[in-house]
Amino acid sequence: MVQNIIEVRNLSKSFDIASKEPGLKGTIKHFFRRQTKRLKVIKDISFEIKEGEIVGFLGANGAGKTTILKMLCGLIYPSEGSILVSGYLPYRRKENFLKNITLIMGQKQQLIWDLPPIESFYLNASIYDLDKFEAKKRIKKLSEMLEIDEELYIPVRKLSLGQRMKSELLAALIHEPNILFLDEPTLGLDINAQRNLRKFLQKYNNETNATICLTSHYMKDITSLCKRVICVHEGAISYDGKLDLLLKKLSPVKEVLIVCRSEDDAIKLENSNFTVKNKIKNEITIKIENNSITSSLKTILNNFDIEDLFINEPPIDEIIGKVLIKKDYDV
Amino acid sequence: MNPRKYLTVYKKFLHTSLASELEYKTNILIDLITAILSLIGSIFLLSIFFQNSGIIGGWEFEEALIIQGIYTILNGITNTWFNPNLTEIVKHIREGTLDFVLLKPIDSQFFISFKKINPSGFLEVILGIFLLIFCIKINQIDLNLSFLILSLITIICSICILYSLWFFISTTTIWFVKTWNATEVLRSFLYIGRFPLNSFSFSLRIFFSVFIPIAFITTIPSEVFLGLSQSWKILLEVIVTLLFLITSRKFWLFALKFYTSASS
Repeated sequence: MVQNIIEVRNLSKSFDIASKEPGLKGTIKHFFRRQTKRLKVIKDISFEIKEGEIVGFLGANGAGKTTILKMLCGLIYPSEGSILVSGYLPYRRKENFLKNITLIMGQKQQLIWDLPPIESFYLNASIYDLDKFEAKKRIKKLSEMLEIDEELYIPVRKLSLGQRMKSELLAALIHEPNILFLDEPTLGLDINAQRNLRKFLQKYNNETNATICLTSHYMKDITSLCKRVICVHEGAISYDGKLDLLLKKLSPVKEVLIVCRSEDDAIKLENSNFTVKNKIKNEITIKIENNSITSSLKTILNNFDIEDLFINEPPIDEIIGKVLIKKDYDV
Repeated sequence: MNPRKYLTVYKKFLHTSLASELEYKTNILIDLITAILSLIGSIFLLSIFFQNSGIIGGWEFEEALIIQGIYTILNGITNTWFNPNLTEIVKHIREGTLDFVLLKPIDSQFFISFKKINPSGFLEVILGIFLLIFCIKINQIDLNLSFLILSLITIICSICILYSLWFFISTTTIWFVKTWNATEVLRSFLYIGRFPLNSFSFSLRIFFSVFIPIAFITTIPSEVFLGLSQSWKILLEVIVTLLFLITSRKFWLFALKFYTSASS
């Protein structure tokens, strides 16, 4: 049986947030008497993640995804509840725990700006107790997987964002961690760079069975990498489960555009039991429930003279958008 | 803690920060010229003070030059190590890049205190050493083993006190986020350390001994050079140094519990 590598129980986090009224008066008041209020940003959440799982954290800006990730990797102390990652209490940041994890943030970088990435890799290798020979071997392996070569010897400031992100990944993975925390790793990357990064993460997960916790606003990252998603809404978990179940729940019907050979067939189809969205001459769009799509299409093909048909998946961004604004999903 | 690992990492720090600095040759050249001009300016200022009276606070010009020498070495060390590293703490905290430091299996205080060096600060250290050698000659100081050991101990103590003070102030960034000004105030107080402590009034002497330990940073090592320091003062300096180092370390570990990281 696959072991739980992350266990979170009744976790909460509160922050003191300063609030300021607008205008000069508000600024002066804020300078002399700062008003803060305690805000509970994570509210009593519990979940487990199994070894080798890729889990996507979904939520609107400020929902608390990054705070959860930072508590899981030990950067922030929890206010209440417990977290166990790989058998360690993360916030104690024990050496063996830190050698097991890595954090990659799309909007922050750790590479030395004026030097080629290779210098940062060897620096990280020495911090993780790797000898030169082992470091060289790992750099070679990872650079092949990431498809970077000459870029290793060009100063970071001269690299493109995509090349820089690949180098960041290499720097963060040189110690071969088995838990990866990724906070919007594809932020700002072009479509090809995003695809390459996803390909790499999938390959890394297949080869090393590493557990990956990922937050991203690009739905493609989530749909192509994560079988399971945890939706966070205002600091609480609104859904935790399989992504395809969530999608089915949120989008129970598919739209099918049918091109009939004649307008008569289209009229016949319009008058049958199917829910029609619209009809233009011999083209008709009907709505079919996900669980009956195969049988419905079989009936249509057997009883009507069909020239062509197209099944339209509803846009995933639109469906997930619904998750971000709703409090609870029971699937 | 594995000392061999820390030595290897420090070698890498030296290598990467030297390589980074050498990317900008003109900047290094300007820094070197600034260091030379700053030393000339300081000696000139000191000579103006001594022009009329010849003695200030019981110190002659040749003796006061020792303080200037120690100050120059300390300022060099400040520019080489403290300034590039400890001012970065503020940046690390404001921008949230301290996350990367805290997640490395290495002591975070070591990492943020020694990651960078500014090679042009070395020149100031060398100039300060030359000035001290010159002072040894003109003050006809007898060079013996105990003199060398005591001088070295007091100078190391001065460096540690200065480091602890600076690190302590930078640590407060975790709560206050921006503390550039506080470290600038500390540097301004260090300028005062160019003058003998006795040249100040009694109340200022107390202030600079107790609250901002300038006395421990420059005056006591200078007294050791001139053979004027009593052993209790040296012992006190060692105790004060240990207190400062331990307090700043404990304060850092305490402050990290309040680190909230920058939002993404």
